[in-house]
Amino acid sequence: MSVAENSEPVTAAAIAAAVRSGGTSARDAVERSLAAIDAREGEIHAFNLVLADEARTRADELDARRAAGEDLGPLAGVPIALKDNLCTRGVPTTCSSKILEGWCPPYSATVVDKLIAAGAVAVGKTNLDEFAMGSSTENSAFGPTRNPHDITRVPGGSSGGSAAAVAAGFAPVSLGSDTGGSIRQPASLCGVVGVKPTYGLVSRYGLVAFASSLDQIGPFAATVEDAALILDVIAGPDPRDSTSIPEAYVPVSPTLGDGVEGLRIGLISELLGEGIAPDVKARVEQAAAALEAAGAKVGEVSVPAVEYGLSAYYLIAPAEASSNLARYDGVRYGLRVDAPITGEMMELSRTAGFGAEVKRRIMLGTYALSAGYYDAYYGKALKVRTLIARDFAAAYEQYDLLLSPTSPTTAFAFGEKTADPLTMYLNDICTIPTNLVGHAAMSVPFGDGDDGLPVGVQVLAPALGEALMFRAGAALEAAAPTGGAS
Amino acid sequence: MSEPSSASPQAGGASLTREDVAHVARLARLRLTDDELDLYTEQLGKVLGHAGDIEALAIDDVPAMSHPYPLVNVLRPDVVGPTVDRDEVLAQAPAAEDRRFKVPPILGEEP
Repeated sequence: MSVAENSEPVTAAAIAAAVRSGGTSARDAVERSLAAIDAREGEIHAFNLVLADEARTRADELDARRAAGEDLGPLAGVPIALKDNLCTRGVPTTCSSKILEGWCPPYSATVVDKLIAAGAVAVGKTNLDEFAMGSSTENSAFGPTRNPHDITRVPGGSSGGSAAAVAAGFAPVSLGSDTGGSIRQPASLCGVVGVKPTYGLVSRYGLVAFASSLDQIGPFAATVEDAALILDVIAGPDPRDSTSIPEAYVPVSPTLGDGVEGLRIGLISELLGEGIAPDVKARVEQAAAALEAAGAKVGEVSVPAVEYGLSAYYLIAPAEASSNLARYDGVRYGLRVDAPITGEMMELSRTAGFGAEVKRRIMLGTYALSAGYYDAYYGKALKVRTLIARDFAAAYEQYDLLLSPTSPTTAFAFGEKTADPLTMYLNDICTIPTNLVGHAAMSVPFGDGDDGLPVGVQVLAPALGEALMFRAGAALEAAAPTGGAS
Repeated sequence: MSEPSSASPQAGGASLTREDVAHVARLARLRLTDDELDLYTEQLGKVLGHAGDIEALAIDDVPAMSHPYPLVNVLRPDVVGPTVDRDEVLAQAPAAEDRRFKVPPILGEEP
């Protein structure tokens, strides 16, 4: 059965406009969201925590403020789901890990504060692969999320809960984090829009760190317009994140509908070859033709070093993770397994608290950074990063934007790739290069594969190329084949 | 899967041993069972084996890129502002005493 087949999709933009004008109440918007969650959350498991009471209280408060004549902001009454690695003050934030089960952060992420200030209502914390390490949500300590289009398939990951929440109509919009594709790949598999903004465009303050030079927060939405609406609220410099871009943010919403006339768009040759399913490849080529028909100049371009992205990423990301996850030691927060000596307490706590994939990556990263191997692995991977940046720079001399599949396949079955980590990692070949160089990219749904499941097309842009990227995204959305899986 | 490069003899995923994994687990303060040691040795070896493709690259003269953008120190005005509440932080700790985190004795026999 298709997603939300019989209910008309209600966008965040429409909800905010209606709530601001008094056409509907924030409470009504929240009740619709909670009713959708009640109906299907049992089979989907998008959430680690549904904030039903909190959302109702907050909605009533918003409605009272509006009644008093206050302007509630651009997200007035919009229900939003938050990936459970975004800190929410006083509300459990688990990263889908036993090591943080029950932990309530003493502060909120900057993006959460910004959403609330803009009038949004948090309806829940969404499931993820533990500490955002995975491509299927099968690594969650609290059980996997199921794909709303076919519950025998994974929703992708790591932000699988956030993608599924939007695809199932639980909330019109959600936030995820993307370290190697963790927003774009689940967006592709769940048939929704997912955006990985330029590194530094969105503050990471309050995002539980996985790989600090790669992590970035971004939106999921059912429409490109809604994704832009959310990005415009959460982006901008933040004194609490020293890696945030200090220049003032230029909103993307105003130019969203400007079209692609005259834009030069290049298909990345290396990401259309081996390992890409033929039906996915066909959709990407169809998308390129649609952009051409809309006035873009489309060609093919080689970005040779992207072929080394996977190897570089699976050294750099685990290396950074091994360092970032050293903080889970049973001292200041989270799980502690008691022992007579602190060193033993730390070892027992970490051993009991982390799942298999997290342990694998911590060890991989520790190895890549260890004496005798640092230069051969981590050092080499950092040089490869430069090669990829150079190749992208050359491609962007000829093209304004690049195009590729988001994921090599449509949604796969549970258990299909869990036996061999490398098979799972190969899912990320199209999305990883963007993170390594800090650029922007988004996934836009573009029809279905042969199995009737959604296919996402990835639009890549250079750093701070969001405005053009969203214009291409909107053009793709307008041209996307209709009549989805059902 | 690529073969480990002869250009960098000290590396090469295929050569990852059980002892290497045990050593790394100890550095990372993780305790592994014998079965886990076997499993991780095989799995990590495979991932490192894939990385053989970049080991083989002759790119010594290419500069390393540790971060997407050149990092500079970011300074803020030296002004007192609100900080995270101490009691709220300590309330989340596994153990606290006298407004401090509490841990078992640090000195003693290592596990």
